[in-house]
Amino acid sequence: MTTIEKPVGTGTRIVDKAQYGLAAFLAVVGAYVVYDATTLEDGFADQPVQPYAFPYVVGAALLLLAALLAIATARGDAPTVEDGEDVDLTEPSDWVTVMKLVAVFVANILLIDWLGWAITGAMLFVGTAYVLGSRTLIRDVAVGVALSVGTWYGFYSGLGLAIPAGVLDGIL
Amino acid sequence: MGNLDLLLEGFQTALTLENLFYALLGVFLGTAVGVLPGIGPAMTLALLLPITYSVGVDSALIMFAGIYYGGMYGGSTTSILLNTPGESSSVVTAIEGNKMAKKGRAAQALATAAIGSFVAGTIGTALVVLFAPPLASQVVKLGGPSNFALLLLALFAVTAVLGTSRLRGFIALFLGLAIGLVGGQTGQQRLTFGSPLLADGIDIVVVAVAIFAIGEALWVAAHLRRRPLDIIPVGQPWMSREDWGRSWKPWLRGTAFGFPFGAIPAGGAEIPTLLSYATERKLAKHPEEFGKGAIEGVAGPEAANNASAAGTLVPLLAIGLPTTATAAIMLLAIQSYGIETGPQLFTGEPELVWALLASLFIGNTLLLLLNLPLAPLWAKLLQVPRPYLYAGILFFASLGAYSVSFQPFDLGILLVIGLLGLAMRRFGLPVLPLIIGVILGPKLEDQLTTSLQISSGDISTLWSEPVAVIVYVFIAATLVFIVANGLRKPQAEPATDDKEEVSA
Repeated sequence: MTTIEKPVGTGTRIVDKAQYGLAAFLAVVGAYVVYDATTLEDGFADQPVQPYAFPYVVGAALLLLAALLAIATARGDAPTVEDGEDVDLTEPSDWVTVMKLVAVFVANILLIDWLGWAITGAMLFVGTAYVLGSRTLIRDVAVGVALSVGTWYGFYSGLGLAIPAGVLDGIL
Repeated sequence: MGNLDLLLEGFQTALTLENLFYALLGVFLGTAVGVLPGIGPAMTLALLLPITYSVGVDSALIMFAGIYYGGMYGGSTTSILLNTPGESSSVVTAIEGNKMAKKGRAAQALATAAIGSFVAGTIGTALVVLFAPPLASQVVKLGGPSNFALLLLALFAVTAVLGTSRLRGFIALFLGLAIGLVGGQTGQQRLTFGSPLLADGIDIVVVAVAIFAIGEALWVAAHLRRRPLDIIPVGQPWMSREDWGRSWKPWLRGTAFGFPFGAIPAGGAEIPTLLSYATERKLAKHPEEFGKGAIEGVAGPEAANNASAAGTLVPLLAIGLPTTATAAIMLLAIQSYGIETGPQLFTGEPELVWALLASLFIGNTLLLLLNLPLAPLWAKLLQVPRPYLYAGILFFASLGAYSVSFQPFDLGILLVIGLLGLAMRRFGLPVLPLIIGVILGPKLEDQLTTSLQISSGDISTLWSEPVAVIVYVFIAATLVFIVANGLRKPQAEPATDDKEEVSA
């Protein structure tokens, strides 16, 4: 899918089509920044730099960069994707795993006010570890609970910060 | 009072039992997290930032100094014992270091890296003490126009001079500047989508954690290596007399390369480590060993790497300009205590700065004492199961962002910017310009406002100071050079080209 290699000495060019998506994203962001700037009013008399001055510059630059990126993409300019210790770029990208991770993450956001960090933190750990291939559920839960309850008490007694406890209010 | 007296007072602050404990804790945590594969020094700092929140300012900065050097040391251990380096600055260390480790000389590679880091870090910190205060006392005299020009220079330098693709550098920079626009700092709500939660802007800590930790963890998750990596077992690091003899000159030469490159904007560690490697290969008595595990090839670049990290503290402390990702997070750490960074730091908060500088010496020494005996333990950390490692990164990143104000909303921002971080890795956008843009963008607007307020709106004030003029000439000359260079080698386009399409 996204294994991109620069062709050497051949007549073929590889167009990284996804980069058009990035260019479109930049254009949307740039357009919104410019639109937002038009809704701003003149600043106070002692404000020599109008509140909309910087947004106009940034928005316009993003629009220009979007166009340049689209042109560069069409001409075969491909990115150097990032490598790392645990990164294997010889395999195609696994976006399903990423989407599952995002789902676990969103669940944490939605539940944290109600259940509190001590519970959702453990769920976050167990869920993401499972998605990433861990199949030792009991150990995962033990580690997750130890981490979330441990950090809750660590913040409470060590740092003096009370993380909202959610449903466990009064129990922790 | 002379600077030496101030430094001695700094040592007095840093050497209390409590602060020594925090220095030790910082070095320990920094190394432990830095050794973990996939976690570079910048992410180490971003993840450990919340821990320092409720500790007193001086203790927190002392702890952070330990984390700073510890995280960097941890990174080089990883690159020697694994065959793929994590960050660009350790690439060169990894070339010879990993070859040495494979030949059974891991202990010597780690020892020359540790002692070289100590030597370079100590000399580098001493040079910071020497250069930063006089530089600050000059910069503090500059007016708004010069400060505006210096900010522009910093943004331009990290974007246009570093990195392989300038187009992608500028894309990252302007995305960062756009994030920095959010909020009501000008008296009107900009880009807040009507949400009061965005009225104070997006917390930079959340941005940093999202870009460095969430983006990286998601990127790795999409490409997680299914085969385990070869990890080379290691015992107690030690060096023979011959190894010492072959190491000490590269350490010093590496320091000499690293420090100046770290101190200038857009220096970074990549160029000096490469220069050091090339020099050592040229000067070596056994050049044929290079590529097969030459100790000089570890000693020099590793010293250059650490000296460069010390060098970045000069613009950071004296001008308030971060030039690397790690320095950017250091700046955030200092600012999170409500301390105004910039040239006034040395006069405004002398006790703090000098305690910080003193604790850099202490942290560096502790690092050496701690890491030589603990190396086998650190090597074990490399075997941490990957699901746990990346689940742990997501866990601690969430905790860090949540602890800013205990709003689920911040976790939402964390996820959105984290996805941006993922996209940046996919599209080869450099992270540094974005984070520098977020930090310096609002300051740029501030300085412009201040300058124009003083001149009552007369724009010519911007080139009324000599320093500003010099900076603009320099930027213009670099731009001309870049454009000329780009025009001279037009891409050889084949006449007939069948396009192959790649889907993502």
